[in-house]
Amino acid sequence: MADKLRTQQELERLQAKYVGTGHPDTTSWEWRTNIVRDTYSSIVGHPSQLAYMSLALNEPSAKLRAQLLRKMVQPCGPPPPREDQEMYMAPPTPRAQE
Amino acid sequence: MSDADFETIRKLQAERNAAAAAKKGSRTLDPSNQRSDNTSTKASLTESFDTDLYSHGDEDMQDADADNSRRLVGQYTATKSQIEEFAHGDGVEEDDPFAGRGEKSTRIVDRETDYQKRRFDRTLTPTRADPFAANRQAGATEDGDSYREIMEQREIEREEERVRQAIQARREAGGTNGEEHQATLQDGNKENAEAGSTEVATTRKRKKRWDVSSTAVDEATPEAADGKAKRSRWDQAPALSAPGATDASKKRSRWDQAPSATPVGNSGLVTPMHPSQAGAATPSFGTDIVGPNAAISDEELDALLPGEAEGYKVLEPPPGYAPTRAPHPPSRCYAIALELRRIPKEIPGVGDLQFFKPEDMAYFGKLTDGSDENALSVEELKERKIMRLLLKVKNGTPPMRKTALRQLTDNARQFGAGPLFNQILPLLMEKTLEDQERHLLVKVIDRILYKLDDMVRPYVHKILVVIEPLLIDQDYYARVEGREIISNLSKAAGLATMISTMRPDIDHVDEYVRNTTARAFAVVASALDSHSDGLRCPPHLKGLVDCIGPNLNDEQTKVRTVTSLAIAALAEASNPYGIESFDDILNPLWTGARKQRGKGLAGFLKAVGYIIPLMDEDYANYYTSQIMEILLREFSSPDEEMKKVVLKVVSQCAGTEGVTAGYLKEHVLDEFFKSFWVRRMALDKRNYRQVVETTVDIGQKVGVSEIIERIVVNLKDESEAYRKMTVETVEKVVAGLGSADIGERLEERLIDGILHSFQEQSVEDIIMLNGFGTVVNSLGTRCKPYLPQIVSTILWRLNNKSATVRQQAADLISRIAMVMKQCGEDALMGKLGVVLYEYLGEEYPEVLGSILGALRSIVTVVGISQMQPPIKDLLPRLTPILRNRHEKVQENTIDLVGRIADRGPESVNAREWMRICFELLDMLKAHKKGIRRAANNTFGFIAKAIGPQDVLATLLNNLRVQERQSRVCTAVAIGIVAETCAPFTVLPALMNEYRVPELNVQNGVLKSLSFLFEYIGEMAKDYVYAVTPLLEDALIDRDQVHRQTAASVVKHIALGVVGLGCEDAMVHLLNLLYPNLFETSPHVIDRIVEAIEAIRMAVGPGLVMNYVWAGLFHPARKVRQPYWRLYNDAYVQAADAMIPYYPNLSEEGIDRHELAIVL
Repeated sequence: MADKLRTQQELERLQAKYVGTGHPDTTSWEWRTNIVRDTYSSIVGHPSQLAYMSLALNEPSAKLRAQLLRKMVQPCGPPPPREDQEMYMAPPTPRAQE
Repeated sequence: MSDADFETIRKLQAERNAAAAAKKGSRTLDPSNQRSDNTSTKASLTESFDTDLYSHGDEDMQDADADNSRRLVGQYTATKSQIEEFAHGDGVEEDDPFAGRGEKSTRIVDRETDYQKRRFDRTLTPTRADPFAANRQAGATEDGDSYREIMEQREIEREEERVRQAIQARREAGGTNGEEHQATLQDGNKENAEAGSTEVATTRKRKKRWDVSSTAVDEATPEAADGKAKRSRWDQAPALSAPGATDASKKRSRWDQAPSATPVGNSGLVTPMHPSQAGAATPSFGTDIVGPNAAISDEELDALLPGEAEGYKVLEPPPGYAPTRAPHPPSRCYAIALELRRIPKEIPGVGDLQFFKPEDMAYFGKLTDGSDENALSVEELKERKIMRLLLKVKNGTPPMRKTALRQLTDNARQFGAGPLFNQILPLLMEKTLEDQERHLLVKVIDRILYKLDDMVRPYVHKILVVIEPLLIDQDYYARVEGREIISNLSKAAGLATMISTMRPDIDHVDEYVRNTTARAFAVVASALDSHSDGLRCPPHLKGLVDCIGPNLNDEQTKVRTVTSLAIAALAEASNPYGIESFDDILNPLWTGARKQRGKGLAGFLKAVGYIIPLMDEDYANYYTSQIMEILLREFSSPDEEMKKVVLKVVSQCAGTEGVTAGYLKEHVLDEFFKSFWVRRMALDKRNYRQVVETTVDIGQKVGVSEIIERIVVNLKDESEAYRKMTVETVEKVVAGLGSADIGERLEERLIDGILHSFQEQSVEDIIMLNGFGTVVNSLGTRCKPYLPQIVSTILWRLNNKSATVRQQAADLISRIAMVMKQCGEDALMGKLGVVLYEYLGEEYPEVLGSILGALRSIVTVVGISQMQPPIKDLLPRLTPILRNRHEKVQENTIDLVGRIADRGPESVNAREWMRICFELLDMLKAHKKGIRRAANNTFGFIAKAIGPQDVLATLLNNLRVQERQSRVCTAVAIGIVAETCAPFTVLPALMNEYRVPELNVQNGVLKSLSFLFEYIGEMAKDYVYAVTPLLEDALIDRDQVHRQTAASVVKHIALGVVGLGCEDAMVHLLNLLYPNLFETSPHVIDRIVEAIEAIRMAVGPGLVMNYVWAGLFHPARKVRQPYWRLYNDAYVQAADAMIPYYPNLSEEGIDRHELAIVL
């Protein structure tokens, strides 16, 4: 019991420190978002890689950098509505009442 | 030292050894001239005699043995248990009917003094406004009194008090027309005082305090102003009609003051009632006396008291009598007593409690009313929830307590400060509270304080009212607890709130309140220090000091004392900053110190002592000279407490920059040594320490020689304790300042004195040893002329009859060996070595350990080759000693042997080393880690000296033993041998051993491999392919511990071969490891995950993550759990390296085409 609690606390601490870490209930959308953001931030964070890419795309690296940063906003679209929220917000349909 | 001397000692030594041998011989029976045991028909007297009957635990029994007059008739006497019963007084105390009362009682009230009981006079004041709240601008709730209102209120109270006293004084002056009841009253009062007080001597004083405190009642229970000058006790507590209390009395006795203390509701004002109380109390009354909290009904009184049948009758109340409607807790107590029979066995929703007291019913009764939870409002539900949790914490079993406490803490902010404190604080004011309950409740407060943080502000005063009494509790731990809570409270609420809350209480009319508040202030001040490192302190410090400063001139001694102590605490906390805050009180403090005497002066001096270090040089110098006059006067004070303070202040003054050595020498030293360096001081342990400390502190300023010059004479004093005190001071001064300052003549006297006191000690003391060692080491080569004399002393003492003397002499050798080497006294050391060698037969293990330690230090400084006696003689003598079980002996022997094995293994033949190896195996299961480590290292040295084969064979055999500890250490030793002799000499034999079909052995082999690969690191790359088949086998074993150990081997190999091109083998091992991912035992899964991570390091994340993707979104949570763990670990360590390897998710709408760009 205490052990379980400790692992839980450790996980929370880890999550607070590293946004990209996950847990068994992480949704596919969260994971995919993190992947894309990590990818772009990695490219932006390595100047040589950014230079390589700007050369290939024939764009100024500053512009490319801005583009990549902009792409990091909701790269996989808006979050899917959560089930309980759906229940709350949507008017009750016959299906939901079942 | 002459040779003749040395020879004498040798001769004596030989005699001693011979005597010891003879003694030993006489004790052990020679089996050859004895009958063999198995033919004897007699029962052995020594082994099977009845130990119960003839136990020698009692001294009387020995006398009985000695009595050999033959008696034909048995002597009848009391049994042993009867005799011992009275000797030890067991039975007497067991049946003590008062055992549960007084000092021993768990109930707090039972052991409180009258003064402490005055805490019940305090009320839980209403919630205060929080002027510092962040959302104040936004029109937050402003209910509660503001600081101004409270200050005005206090002003009125003081005025009331003054008027009341004036009226009373006038009445006493004019109304002495001899009323009868006046005399009775005095008697009654006196009686009460004597019954309730613990010290009769202070009765007078206390009486005075009662006068003061009775105003607390006035303020709390406003009574109908019916113009009655004298109130009888009847007015106060009609319910508790104690016989003899019927007389009208002018002064009220203690017990009827209590009512105001307990928070009881609907008195229409200040005190917040415990929310459950009204409800719980109501149903038990249905009488002519109105009000829910009214006293006992007539029917109940009739039932309780003897009636007319027994000759008693109910008196008519005197004319003009009107009962007050003040609520009384005693009546509640009766209510509880009546309710007792209705106490439920179990509280719904709480479970089995450890106990449930009748008093608890008043607070928790609500839980049993069985009302429908669904019908209650959210607020009520919350209240009940808190109540339940509190009950669990207070009365529950430890596990219940733990979870309830956690819930309370976690949800503290949701519950809110109000509902929580409104329930907790009245509980703490309960009279029947026990230590344990108070401790738990205080703990609850402590925990929720952290969570509530600034939400706590409006309740600060209430909390203080409850917690402050803890500061004057008899119990040390209660005081500590109280301090802790208050310091946490000040951190949570902030300093401004604390000051504005406590300020009005500092000049409260009641001395008790002032006292406790001042103490609380001191705590706040020191909390502030740890809170803000002193730096942020000064802005508030000024406020604090100004706030209590005027009390330095209070007419009450106690207030002055406590104030000065608080100032001392503030100064200590703000050190080294903030002198400007104390500017205003310097004058009152210094002039005040001149006027004080006794205890008051001690407090003032203490404050002075803490303020002086804050000052800059000039001021410190000036103020020190101002106070020194008083200090010098008090040097001769007979009061122990005063002595302590004076010494402390002197050392504080001596420590400050501004006080010069010249000043100290001129004005202080003579007086100081005259009054404190006297034999009497050495007798009391506390004085002794204080004097030594202060002398050392002064020494820091005036120098070594100044101090030693004055005290060196004492080394030859006739009082041993005094000599010891001198040696300790010398040691500390010399250790701190060195001995360069000591002149030739002084040096001679010092060594002479130390030697004298060393020889003259009747009880061997570590202080003497330390003193001697420190002085000799500090003088260094200057010791050369004295060394022969010192060594001669040591030799004589080594030959002493007493074991402790010998031990001390041997210890001294280890201390001074280094200096002897520096002085070039190799010949002397040789002599010492020979003598010590002769003493290896020593029978006392403590002494033997010291002798071995002395030998070791000699070996260390003279080196193996020059050692006298030669190593080849010495080591064989050590081998049997290795078998000694005593820790000190073991540690010193193994150290000595290890040193020899390291520096000069060639001086002994291989066979001897092997013998030592066998003995060392036993050391591997020693309790002390140092011994095990030394043994392991020694294995390494020996293996290096004589080659690993034999040592390894010994170690591998040891893997078969049962003890786990021993096997683990053997595994470590094998690892060390492999490291020192290259792995290829060890691995073949080790892997061969794995073929033994025995789990312990195989496990041991794996463990050795694990240590081995950990130690050899990169060297592992040459052996990976050799051990892979073995690991294959181990990783698919049925036993999980087996797989676990194999996993740790894999981990160390993988970490060793990172980047060295063994990826194929690593992936192979990964394939075998991976199915273990679903192990649940924490140790196993941890090792498995570590091994997988290590392989990730070796082969890169891309490959390993391919195994991980598969399970991240598996339908079963049990699968997802470990997979996410692997993912998270990889992410934390190598998030960047994972980017190219994320799976292709273009179907999911992720297009990372940037990664596909090729130029």
